[in-house]
Order: sequence, then structure tokens, then C-alpha cells
Amino acid sequence: MIEFYIKSKNKEIMKKLIYLPLLMIVTVAATMQTNISIKVKGSDTVLPISQKEAEVYMKKNKGSNITVIGGGSGVGISALLDGTTDIAMASRKLKMSEKIKMQDAGKAFKEVIIAYDALSVIVNPQNKVNQLTREQIEAIFTGKITNWKEVGGDDMKIVSYSRESSSGTYEFFKEHVMKNKNYSSSIMMMPATGAIVQSVSQTKGAIGYVGFAYVENNVRALKISYDKGKTYITPSMVTAKDKTYPVVRPLYYYYLNALDKKVKPFVDYILSDEGQKTIESVGYIPVK
Amino acid sequence: MKLFLKKFITKIIEGTLFLSSTITSLAIVLIIIFLFKEGIGIFGHSSVEDGFEIVVNKDNTIKDLSAIQIKDIFDQNITNWKEVGGKDDSIITFRVDDIANYYSEEELGANLEFVPDKVNDLISKTSGIVAFIPQKYATKNFKGKVLPADKITITKFFSGKEWFPTAQPAAQFGFLPLILGTLWISFGAILLALPLGLAVAIYMSEIANSKIRRFLKPTIELLAGIPSVVYGFFGLVIIVPLIQSLFNLPVGETALAGTIILAIMALPTIITISEDAIRTTPRAMKEASLALGASHFQTIYKVIIPYSISGITAAVVLGIGRAIGETMAVLMVTGNAAVIPHTFLEPVRTIPATIAAELGEAPQGGLHFKALFALGCILFIITMIINLTVEYISSKRKFQK
Repeated sequence: MIEFYIKSKNKEIMKKLIYLPLLMIVTVAATMQTNISIKVKGSDTVLPISQKEAEVYMKKNKGSNITVIGGGSGVGISALLDGTTDIAMASRKLKMSEKIKMQDAGKAFKEVIIAYDALSVIVNPQNKVNQLTREQIEAIFTGKITNWKEVGGDDMKIVSYSRESSSGTYEFFKEHVMKNKNYSSSIMMMPATGAIVQSVSQTKGAIGYVGFAYVENNVRALKISYDKGKTYITPSMVTAKDKTYPVVRPLYYYYLNALDKKVKPFVDYILSDEGQKTIESVGYIPVK
Repeated sequence: MKLFLKKFITKIIEGTLFLSSTITSLAIVLIIIFLFKEGIGIFGHSSVEDGFEIVVNKDNTIKDLSAIQIKDIFDQNITNWKEVGGKDDSIITFRVDDIANYYSEEELGANLEFVPDKVNDLISKTSGIVAFIPQKYATKNFKGKVLPADKITITKFFSGKEWFPTAQPAAQFGFLPLILGTLWISFGAILLALPLGLAVAIYMSEIANSKIRRFLKPTIELLAGIPSVVYGFFGLVIIVPLIQSLFNLPVGETALAGTIILAIMALPTIITISEDAIRTTPRAMKEASLALGASHFQTIYKVIIPYSISGITAAVVLGIGRAIGETMAVLMVTGNAAVIPHTFLEPVRTIPATIAAELGEAPQGGLHFKALFALGCILFIITMIINLTVEYISSKRKFQK
């Protein structure tokens, strides 16, 4: 008797279950009409900003759906070309070859600077050197200076750490600090910013460069001079904001003009006062 | 009727099995074709970025420059034309961004529309100039001399000692340090893992009692289930500082750190497979050896190991395969400096680490992208050679028996 009861109950549940997919289809169809879903893909440097902004934005605008995916600036830009993303995040400007490809595909696009990122040159806390000029940093990373005593430190070999050659940070540092000269081939390449911080913190003679937001207590950021040693500027939110600190790079959003209507509200939100405050809270420098 | 149904079902099952094997082989072939198609595309390609050209003053006697010379010139390591076979004149490098140093903003126009003309003027009146400019600037009535692009060839690939895939104006694709780095690390890892792995396998199959074995085997297999990032992080935080202080090195991210991590990662493969091979030695052979008066160790050394040698070889090869293909752990601990290794105490860069680290940011279909696929082809060929060698060795052993 009880068995029979359970069986009949099961049947009832089964019957209800049949309606479930139907219900889902209806809800999905209903939400599709009202929802905007935006895909954002690209640079891992810009990723934390986009994630935080998307989180806040989705909370404020019920019904909007923003998916943020990393992978690298190159990945984002090729996804934009293929049409698999709506916004491409990039920590570098589009390369000439990528621009040509966009033109060939007949796709007009917009470039928006959403925030700035300051790069800090970091050393081990035990290192005596406090400040370097741009020329000295260039000589260190091109392999012309190999000992700390040449720049006023202890007699110790310099171990320079860099990001991978494909990273936007690598390109920016090369362009901006090293004036387009190539890194020495004996430089240590690390896969992630966190790995550079870790290595610099445990290697006495180390020097590296990381985004401003990544500097922790186990490493020390150097003062940098861009005027051959007249003034040395400490990297901080204040000096980066008033543009006295020289090593600052823009972070970009790229999107197609055709999708302007769809993505504009989100981009506008990021550029608004509230959005820019969020950027500061993640550790990046606001545009305004 | 029943018989017919049975036959029908058998046919369906056979068909499904046939289909799955066809799909699998087809997928493999397609992947290989894709890999080689992208990889081979790099040869014959210019090493200067698409859409750009290297130009000099038209009175310059230089006919062509190699990619390495271009790099050294723009890095200001070569500063006089006579060093590359020209006349005695100092080299002035020029990129489009430098135009602002020569002309005022008004001269360049509000929308920079006069830039091509000004670049043209500058090149024609500066005798020592070498300029890296977009192709479209050098079309009609151009007064400079366009240098022929240096083509990438197979020999340059394998003899090149420098890996600067994103260098501008001329990217450097020297595979030698990467290939040597990969082989160097895998070789070291096998050197460490083989004796240790074999010892554990023999101990587990011949000496240990079933209680210890029952504990040891799952533990070792557990080792194979740990994600490689965890190994990498373990290496970065524990092994790297240890090596640094032990050998008193300026830096701990070395080939040795990668070797140790890879050896640990290859161990489960080597132990499990060689243990299985050792256990398949027929009982009769062991007993015959013991009956002839051989000791336990003599039996292991003279009978069991020779009998299971093909299984052990397979274990070694799979171990090497694991070591060569391993990406993440190596990426984190070896320092990734693209230099040709001379000792185990230097940083190295491996092929899988290079592909993993760079593919994400490389513009799709570009030169760098293709170079990474070419690296993938090389990795594929290395693995294939190893597999074929093993097939050869094990078939030879069987023939002798």
C-alpha cells in the first residue's frame, strides 16, 4: 500500500517535472526581451576593474547581464574581430596589424580610456638603493648595468624580472621607460604579476616592475626620476593622479560602432563619477 | 525474429565502435593539419611587422640588413653604418612617433595630414637615417630607399639564439634556446626520476608486504592527481629559495628547480607503469630462477628487470612525455629567460611555457602567432621521435626472445 502511494507520488512529481523545461523556456524568452547582455573580454590587467564595475552595475540595473572574461589583450581584440565579444579590454593600444585587420573587415571601432595604471619599479626590501633615474633603469633592463654598486648599492648582482613578452605591461615598460630598446635576453620572464612580487621578495638582488595595485609590504617601490636625477618622485595615488609620477599607462576599452547603443550605458557608467570611484577602490587611477 | 534482432543490435554496436574510432582519428589528423598549416606559414614571411617597412636615405650604399642587424641598430648597439658594411656615417634611427622632435605641431597639420610628407622630407635630407615607417607612407614619389625585408627561413629559426617575438621593428625568432631548454630540463628530470621511480617500483612489487603496498600505491597515485599549478607554486615558494641558499646563487629560479618539480611530477607515471610491468613477470620464471640457487636480488636483477624492460622503457618514455609537455609548473619556477643553458643553475625557457605564456596576447594570424604554432610543431615532432624510438626498442626486445 505504502509502495503504491510512493509510486503514485513519484508519477505526480514526474508530471510536474515535465513542465519545468517549458517554464524555463518561457522565463528565458521573457528575460531575453528586457535584458541586455554584454560580453567583456581581454586583458588580465583590466579584468579586476571590469569585474568590479560589472558587479556594481548589475546590482543597480536589474535585468542587465555582463559577463567578464580574461585571457589577454590579444585574445580580447581577436574576439572583437570575430564578434564573440562586445567589448575588448586592452592594456595596450591596438597594433598596426590589428588596425589593418579591423579596416579590412570593414568594422569601425571606438577606443575609450577607462582608467590609468601606474607602474612601480620594485626591489627587495633589503636593498639599499632607494631611487633610480630612467636612464639607469633602462641600462639595468637592457643588461648594460649588472651590479648594484654601479647605481650606489651593495656589491651584488642585479637580477631583473620582467613580465612575459606578450603582456601589455611588458610593451608599455619597453616603450615608455626603455625608449623602445629591447630587454636583455638573460632577463627573467614571469607569467604573472604576482609571481614577480613573490620572486622579488625572496631574491636579494632583484628588480622588477609591477602595476601599482600589486605593491605589498614584502617589496619596496623605488623613487623614479625622468629628468636625469633632478627630482625623484615616489609612486603613490596622489603623484599618479596629479601626473607628476611619470610611469603611467592608459587602459582601454574597444568596441564596434555598430554596438554603440548596446554597450554605451555600461561604458558611460564606468566613466561616471561613481564608476571612477570604484576604479580607485580597486587600486587603479581614475581618468578624471 | 529474435536472432535477427540480435544481429541488428550487434551491427549497431559495431557501427558505433567504428564511428568513434573514425571520429577520434579524424580529430587527431585535423589537429595535426591545423598545427602544421599555421606553423609552416611563418617561413618566407618577413620579420618586419605587417604593414611596415625599413627605409634609408637613397644615397645609402647598404643593400639589405638582417633582422639581427636591424634590432642592434634600433637598440643603438650598432651606431655607425660601417659596422654593417656601409660608409663611415653615424646611424640615426627614426620611428613615426619621433616626428614631433623634428617638426612643430603646426607643420604636421591639425589631423596629422602632413606627416607622410614630412617623413619623406626628413628621410631625403638626413643621410644617416634608418626609418621604421608604415608601408603607405612609402608609395608615390617617395624619396628614400626601401630595404628588402629579411625573410625568415628554417635555418635562421634553428640557428637563431635570440627570442624576441614582439621586438620592433624586426622580431627575432631564434628557437635554439627554447629547444635546448626543453630538452635540458626533461633530460635532467628523467635522470632524477628514473632511478628513484624504478627503485620504488621494485620495492613495491617485490619487497614490500601487501600492507605497505596497499598504503603506498594510492599515495603515489594521489601524486598524479595534484594540479600542476600546485606543484609550480610549491616549487616557487619552497624549492626556489632552497636552491638559492643551498648553492648561494643570486637567483633561485633555475633549470634545477624545474628539473626537481618535473621529476616529482613524472614519478607517479614511471612508478605505476613499471610496477605493473614488473608484476607481469610469470611466477614460473621467478621460481625457476630461485630454484637454480639465485638469491632474491639476483632474480630481480637478472630475470625480472630484463623481462619487464619493455614496460619500464614505456614508463620512461611516458615520463619524458609528461616532462616535455608540462607547462604551468615549469613556467613558474624556471625563470623563463631565453638563454642557451650551460649548467643546471641557470634560468631556462621551455617550449610549452613559451606557448602558454605568449599565445594569449599574440595577435591572431600574425607572425608571433605563427611562430608559436611552429614551436608546437617542433614539440610534436620531438614527442613523435621519442614514441617511435620506444616502439623500435620494444619490438626489438620481443624479437630477441
